[in-house]
Amino acid sequence: MDKKEMICIVCPVGCHMEVVKDGTSEDGYKVSGNQCLRGKVYGIKEMSNPTRVLTTTVKITEGKLPRLPVTTKGAIPKGLMTEAMEAINKVEVKAPVKVGKVILKNLLNTGVDVVATRSMDRDSRYQSQKVS
Amino acid sequence: MLNYEIVVIGGGPAGLAAAIEAKKNGAKEILVLERDLELGGILQQCIHNGFGLHVFKEELTGPEYAERFIQELKDMGIEYKLDTMVLEVSDEKMITAMNREEGILNIRAKAVILSMGCRERTRGAIRIPGTRPAGVMTAGTAQRFVNMEGYMTGKRVLILGSGDIGLIMARRLTLEGAEVLGVSELMPFSGGLNRNIVQCLEDFDIPLYLQHTVVDIEGKDRVEAVTIAKVDERYKPIKGTEKRFECDTLLLSVGLIPENELSKSAGIELDNITAGPRVNEAMETSVEGIFACGNVVHVHDLVDWVTEESRKAGKNAARYVSGELKNTASKISVQGVNGVRYVVPQEIRPENLRGKTEFMMRVDAVYQNVKLVAKSGEEILKSVKRRHVAPGEMENLVLDFGEMDPKSIKNLTIELVQEEGA
Repeated sequence: MDKKEMICIVCPVGCHMEVVKDGTSEDGYKVSGNQCLRGKVYGIKEMSNPTRVLTTTVKITEGKLPRLPVTTKGAIPKGLMTEAMEAINKVEVKAPVKVGKVILKNLLNTGVDVVATRSMDRDSRYQSQKVS
Repeated sequence: MLNYEIVVIGGGPAGLAAAIEAKKNGAKEILVLERDLELGGILQQCIHNGFGLHVFKEELTGPEYAERFIQELKDMGIEYKLDTMVLEVSDEKMITAMNREEGILNIRAKAVILSMGCRERTRGAIRIPGTRPAGVMTAGTAQRFVNMEGYMTGKRVLILGSGDIGLIMARRLTLEGAEVLGVSELMPFSGGLNRNIVQCLEDFDIPLYLQHTVVDIEGKDRVEAVTIAKVDERYKPIKGTEKRFECDTLLLSVGLIPENELSKSAGIELDNITAGPRVNEAMETSVEGIFACGNVVHVHDLVDWVTEESRKAGKNAARYVSGELKNTASKISVQGVNGVRYVVPQEIRPENLRGKTEFMMRVDAVYQNVKLVAKSGEEILKSVKRRHVAPGEMENLVLDFGEMDPKSIKNLTIELVQEEGA
């Protein structure tokens, strides 16, 4: 593919961009329509190696809710979504959890960790079992 | 009777930002009332990323965005009550609330900030024909079930409405193993953000049926099939264009309505178009000392703008309490015309304008290569180019009144003008 029209999804502004293969340019592509540098980087990446941040939940026990939201700490290849979901779904954590805690290290050898996106205290129902 | 300087109703992103900003601007006794079991509001179920690019200059998920504000609120020692339902707000700023521990609470406030957010339109609001089985629910309900409570809402899903929550749920349910058969949108364009169309539908090859609506729901106990049909320019279904989908779930993402029962109880004037309180440059409603911010005023597409607007409300509520905010007789209306559906604030008091003032607005259709033009009477104050505007993307315009004589400002209009030769 030498040319692609796309909507930038780096931020919610959603610039309408055109990415054209261009051997003379340093990056190999010419990007137009973007309003910032991140748009250019994204446009080239969408053409060469599209990636996505994956957000989902894992099972948590002894928290006030049964699910803990998590995210990949960085983008992973778009083609790995299904496999990544399978790997993350095998994880189970126990409250309390602090936001940012690594839930799964080096997801599918991508070098990207999966981290908690909220803190969750241990629910009062389980407080009696707490070792003080 | 409890007494506070400022009572904030609703502990979502709007209420949190308003309370924090009020405290930063000198207000001392602030109370946040929240009906849910925790602070953060709808952000707690919005586990996807894309929040915070403007406020924090980084990309956060909903719960992360909420937690930063919750932490700040707690660090500042701002009081809050959870699991507490506000029953009534009077125009005298008396608040009646209740919870399990304290029973009925009567609270007197010097200023009130309304930040109740909005709720989703349901099947009843759009009158879908067919039987009434289980499996028809709003996209936000499904989002809470899946992301917070750990219930899967269906295996084969059709979505009506291409608002952001519907698009987000199309991806979310797909990732969780459901088959999302398609998204049906009544309008010729999606009401959702571009990034969501790309990331949630195109990435997963989920078809978007524009100008289609649901004409039948089948099933006795559970949804068995949903039929959609193409609509004409008057949104009437066209015979012979029906498509039937065997499915067990129909999600509705058909718009949000600001939740204004309390605003009405206080006698606050509501805007016909936004369905929220009409506000002035200080985010103050038609009742003096009652402010409003966030989705209760008008539905935002980015939480970052909610935060910004709410900080304005919080700051002005603090200024009101300390007697700094001038209530002047001269009021100037702000109106959206020629393609601009509405503008917030709807009214300004020129004497209170300090330098730059931000106006937020939505357009009524998709336009390419237009100018947003702000006029005071016939005088053009500002004109900015926009390559692409759409109803799903809120626009903003900053006007600098710093140099202007307040008396010279006439009724403001903001309109769309097609660019010549475009």
